[in-house]
Amino acid sequence: MSGPNHDHEHKDGHSSLSPLELRVRALETVLTQKGYIDPAALDVLIDTYQTKIGPRNGAQVVARAWCNAEFRRRLLEDATAAIASLGFSGRQGEHLVAVENTTEQHNLVVCTLCSCYPWPILGLPPTWYKSAPYRARVVKDPRGVLADFGVHLSETVRIRVWDSTAEVRYLVLPQRPAGSEHLGERELADLVTRDSMIGTGLPLKPGGASTARTSP
Amino acid sequence: MNQRQSELASVTEYVSNADLGGQDGHGTVHPEPEGELFHAAWEPRILALTLAMGATGLWNIDTSRAARETLPNYRELSYYRIWLEGLTKLLLQTGAVQADEISHGRAVHAAVATRSVLRAGQVAAVLARGSPTTRPCGSPARYAPGQWVRTCSAAPQHHTRLPAYTRGKRGVIERVHGAHVFADTNAQGLGEQPQWLYTVAFDEHELWGETTPRQHATVSVDAWEPYLEPA
Repeated sequence: MSGPNHDHEHKDGHSSLSPLELRVRALETVLTQKGYIDPAALDVLIDTYQTKIGPRNGAQVVARAWCNAEFRRRLLEDATAAIASLGFSGRQGEHLVAVENTTEQHNLVVCTLCSCYPWPILGLPPTWYKSAPYRARVVKDPRGVLADFGVHLSETVRIRVWDSTAEVRYLVLPQRPAGSEHLGERELADLVTRDSMIGTGLPLKPGGASTARTSP
Repeated sequence: MNQRQSELASVTEYVSNADLGGQDGHGTVHPEPEGELFHAAWEPRILALTLAMGATGLWNIDTSRAARETLPNYRELSYYRIWLEGLTKLLLQTGAVQADEISHGRAVHAAVATRSVLRAGQVAAVLARGSPTTRPCGSPARYAPGQWVRTCSAAPQHHTRLPAYTRGKRGVIERVHGAHVFADTNAQGLGEQPQWLYTVAFDEHELWGETTPRQHATVSVDAWEPYLEPA
């Protein structure tokens, strides 16, 4: 983003508004005046994805699957229905598939064509997920991409990359960390990171350094 | 192809600038902490504007993906900038907004008819409902898990969802996802024309050649039946 236009600043009283900020505001004004949008709906949409729909939803799904064998079975069989039973459904998660990490296979999710991502359980995709380096490289050099995230897997672990090219959205079910046997579902959910549900990370270790999380 | 060539080519052929899978030279990935969603105040606004305008029914999700991926400068733009340019393009294409309105920042012309306006009180229900893409299909699925297929090799002159790196490749059917709205026709305004959708998995040497070192990796895409033939 470029800096503020000072001539503009004096005329309209706005400070530090970039040209893009002004463009988006102008567009919102036109669309509101033409009756296409309700500006109050924009506020609700933004609040929803900042405070209600985020990776803590997915973490609940994973923790439930770790604790409850019957739920895990249903999740792997029909993820859309199993996840809806926890109250998560809808836009960009209409058709969900859960793929399970094992000692033999590690799963990674990408959308090489745009930014397809399971919104109801992970929220909005992070910038790197939508950017060229990840989209270009993860299908050809998955171990190199994992190294960018500090993840190094044994050569014997098969890597499976799921390119979400249609309307099916993928959730990685990470392996339950060793030493977490004594933990309940809520404590387990705290170990589940967003990246571990995309496949670019692993869950936190119990009692290990906590990772700051500000999203819901 | 440099940008000027790509702009010239786009006059006569359909070029997606978003089909990045397998390309070299894009550098390393820069991870970010959870919760870091936006990098400028206008980014959540254009996200919400795009979602709200989706509810008007003036276009569908495949049309909007086509509008974004054919932006000539796609690769130079940040992701939400792509959304801003894509939305502007769709508004102009559909006549919902005209160029003078965008430049003046105020409505000048009469509005076009739309299906609905998303109201604040409807947001939660509309998001929770989503837009499922499964549809009844008149014919049975042609392929079953375990069957070998080859993807079509031609680059279609329209929006498509078979990535270039998987064109003309032999793979195995892994899952059948039911019949879904066919993105290729839906993007062109030719209707939903539901087709069976499959997960097709490819060996890494099939995709990248024998000389690329093996990583013990398998890649899959979700492919509609018209992309496939028996192998």
